[in-house]
Amino acid sequence: MNLAIKDIRHGLFRFVLTCLGLGLLMTVVLAMIGIYNGLVADALAVVKAPAADVWVVEAGTQGPFAEASSIPATTRDAVARMPGVAEAGAITYQTIEASHAGKTLRLYVIGFEPGRPGGPQRIAEGRGLGRSHFELLSDRKTGLVAGETIRLGRDRFTVVGLVEDAMNSGGDPAVYVTLADALTLQTAMDPAAARVQAARGDGGLRPPTVAAVVARLQPGADVALLTATVREWKHLSALSQGEQEQLLLASVVDRARRQIGLFLGILLSVSAVVIALIIYTMTMEKLKQIATLKLIGAPDRTIVGLIVQQALILGISGLGIGLALILLVKDSFPRRVVLEPFNALVLTGIILMVCLVASGLGVRAALKVDPATALGG
Amino acid sequence: MAPGDILVDVRGVAKHYGEGETRVDALRSVDLRVHVGEVIALLGPSGSGKTTLLNVIGCILAPTAGRVELDGDAVFDGKWLRSDLRRLRLDKIGFIFQAHNLLPFLTAEENVSVVLDLAGWTAERGRARARELLDYLEVGHRAKVKPALLSGGEAQRVAIARALSNRPRIILADEPTAALDSGRAQLVMDLLRKLASDQKACIIAVTHDEKIFDRFDRLIHLRDGRLVDS
Repeated sequence: MNLAIKDIRHGLFRFVLTCLGLGLLMTVVLAMIGIYNGLVADALAVVKAPAADVWVVEAGTQGPFAEASSIPATTRDAVARMPGVAEAGAITYQTIEASHAGKTLRLYVIGFEPGRPGGPQRIAEGRGLGRSHFELLSDRKTGLVAGETIRLGRDRFTVVGLVEDAMNSGGDPAVYVTLADALTLQTAMDPAAARVQAARGDGGLRPPTVAAVVARLQPGADVALLTATVREWKHLSALSQGEQEQLLLASVVDRARRQIGLFLGILLSVSAVVIALIIYTMTMEKLKQIATLKLIGAPDRTIVGLIVQQALILGISGLGIGLALILLVKDSFPRRVVLEPFNALVLTGIILMVCLVASGLGVRAALKVDPATALGG
Repeated sequence: MAPGDILVDVRGVAKHYGEGETRVDALRSVDLRVHVGEVIALLGPSGSGKTTLLNVIGCILAPTAGRVELDGDAVFDGKWLRSDLRRLRLDKIGFIFQAHNLLPFLTAEENVSVVLDLAGWTAERGRARARELLDYLEVGHRAKVKPALLSGGEAQRVAIARALSNRPRIILADEPTAALDSGRAQLVMDLLRKLASDQKACIIAVTHDEKIFDRFDRLIHLRDGRLVDS
């Protein structure tokens, strides 16, 4: 006879309400884990998108994400000719605001050379850039659909394809345009401003600059050797893909990551206290029944089993409700909420541990109950 | 009566709480023998030591001094562990409470069979035994009902069925008729007498209910922790 289940069924409504409350708490915990993961995933998405092995950037900078970087566009040819390099592409990044359908869209514009590294790895809908001008690929989160047009700077672009999970570390969705269009966007000025600039004698042509050159290496090529060689050029610096990711995490998202991590720790601690309190209260309410069970000869393991099983059922149910709720609402968050099965597993482990430790308080109280209290007097 | 007929043998049992000025002597050198089939009542004013004596016989409270023998086993001799005493309670002692103390989350049948479950009976045998006892006590038709829906008399009979389920030889009752009207109280006492006789058990009851005094074989009076007469 399972006394824990019988007791739960007896007070099912109250138990379900308790589970629901705990479930909501678990939803918040899972949301924080998802937001934490999303922050890291978003930050890395833009770095991982080109699937590069080496990033060549301006010397003395940790660009193009942690710091601004500007190098001549011709660097791409020099890098492409280096031994071990399979292909290279120039790339630019800039954030702009554009009006669309009565709303202001904040977009992260990535300029790349179609056919070279730097563009998206996968197009979810539509096609890639086919023309050299005025076409763009848009992340789904922009709300743009294939076939639509949008004005960027002084030109109107047509959305020819959609990509997914492309954004910067601030969560701004990305659009991909050709490098030529991106350079025009960077330098194009309002006509009046251009006239003033020309009048000052500063209207001359400047060589185009890009944020970085990304390179993919031939199989077996030595990344360390290549980056070291590039650094010898003095005006350039080079980072491996791993270094670039590490740099981004350490400099750009580190503070936000620690902030969320700390909040998550506090939230888990609060959850632990709440679970402990619920289990302790549930046990205290049953002291007379526990005394009766002890008096009629129930061994300690029956009493411990009653409390621990209820604690575990409570924890697992709360976690299940939390998981179901977060899966239902996670796409409604303005920024990505990324939950991996590993997260759910780790949280399950933590909750089980918390339940066991929390039930220890109840077990201690239950084992101290004098069976004589069932008799009274 | 033959020595083998003695189910409870209490000799020189004393129990005190605290020391020095705060010392309270709850029992002072109590001697008591209860035989097979006997139904006895422990009487006395509040604080006279009735419940303490019941707790000592029920292996809940260890005496400060003296010897307690239950169905031939000398308990509290230093060799008995807490778990051994619990097993002894499960196998040999049945408790009937003033407020019946049924577990609210179990049905009447489960309240009876839970003892058998703890004693290691199979669920099927336990259920059959519970039904047999509930039918015997004329509450079989309420077997699937939870305690909250039972009347006072029904609940007390279920509690008696629970106390008897593992065929204990010593039944301890704390005010078993306090929650019952006069008619029901007489019925319960008749029933306990019959059970004591049928199961070759003894019954020790703490009571203040004068209406049922004639249903006991002996009335044991306690005052200030001492047996006054019997």
